[in-house]
Amino acid sequence: MHISEGVLSAPVLITGAVLSLGGLTLGLKRIKNEDIPKVAILSSAFFIASLIHVPIGPTSAHLVLNGLLGMLLGWGAFPSIFVALILQGILFQFGGLTTLGVNTFSMAMPAVLSYYVFKGFLKGGKNIAFLGGFLGGVFSLLLAALFISLALIETERSFTAVAGTLLVMHIPISIIEGIITGFVVVYLKKVKPEALG
Amino acid sequence: MHLEEFSEGKSFLHRTDPRVKILIFALFSLTCALSSGIKIPAIFLAYSFILLAIANLRTKSVFSRVLIANFFIAFIWLFIPFSYQGNPYMNLGPIKISYKGLKYALSITLKANAIIIATIALISTSSVFSLAHAMLHLKMPKKIVTIFFLFYRYITVIHEEYTKIRKAVALRGFVPKTNIHTYKTYAYIIGGMLLKSYERAEEIYRAMLCRGFKGYFPLVEHFQLRKPDIIFGIISAAVIILIGVNS
Repeated sequence: MHISEGVLSAPVLITGAVLSLGGLTLGLKRIKNEDIPKVAILSSAFFIASLIHVPIGPTSAHLVLNGLLGMLLGWGAFPSIFVALILQGILFQFGGLTTLGVNTFSMAMPAVLSYYVFKGFLKGGKNIAFLGGFLGGVFSLLLAALFISLALIETERSFTAVAGTLLVMHIPISIIEGIITGFVVVYLKKVKPEALG
Repeated sequence: MHLEEFSEGKSFLHRTDPRVKILIFALFSLTCALSSGIKIPAIFLAYSFILLAIANLRTKSVFSRVLIANFFIAFIWLFIPFSYQGNPYMNLGPIKISYKGLKYALSITLKANAIIIATIALISTSSVFSLAHAMLHLKMPKKIVTIFFLFYRYITVIHEEYTKIRKAVALRGFVPKTNIHTYKTYAYIIGGMLLKSYERAEEIYRAMLCRGFKGYFPLVEHFQLRKPDIIFGIISAAVIILIGVNS
């Protein structure tokens, strides 16, 4: 989910850039040298995962999994999403340079928040962990959609209808994200518990 | 995966120093994104077409790429002409269309496409690794460039892992549907991929440690700024600033 270039107003773009710069600085500071390959290669895995289209009724949606990313990387979600967006810009021309800040912040901040709010659940039993994953997945995607909507509405009041539709469209998708995140968390708890540590 | 299809070519823009192209692209994006109305964005779009002509890419691939990148713009067209606050209205039966709304949507479309086409002509004509190299020269923090480099390098590797798991799942008769079983299967596919990634990352770190990794890759090769690069940079910057100033 990204906003194209040429849509948002200067104040919104600058706010996004400043907020993302803060998150990136904090994220890079938290990543020790020995964690560089881990952050990079998990980012590759999430990039591939975002190419998966999951059926929802007659249509399908692609996964974002920013909640899961946040729970695994914490503040590292900022650099991770940042490099993914740069690559999408270079390869597919989705998003771009001026919207990089807004798009990074919209997806990475909910990821970091879900790290703080739902990480505790993952230490519990199987059902509690699933619940934590589910809530983290739902919350992160909805909040990301909300941030994007706010950026649109702040730019131009007439975007309210667009933003509202965007938000409503993301409700079913976020539930699927939640279910998948929940199952992934339970799986990792079984086979790689230290990843959730 | 064949990802960098536009980076293969022999045009002037393929040979231009990526540092110059990145700087010109940044200037272009900023001035174009912040312009308004119809005329200025249209001139930016015309300039991006000139760049595209210089890049000499396959028209068909460029066209389909631009079309896909316009998904969000199409979404805006569905709403803005009808919901924009402002007179005068054009009445089409029960539907009211605002001229201002139409103009606004057109302005956004021109700006977005000018930048999309400039991205193809200036950025996609360099390989991703030479762009990463240029980012280091342009003083991006080493850590983020190192992450970007490894991230891109291992996308193909992880994609291979993914296709392997997909084949294994298909062999067992998996057909995606809207049900819990499907979502659980996808979750396990992703979980398996993450597991492989963790293992791979540990191996890579040990291998890099053996080679004296200190958190970044030192620059061995350097770009050479040639005369045509400088001339291209100056002309482009001048044109962009002239268009921008007029708005």
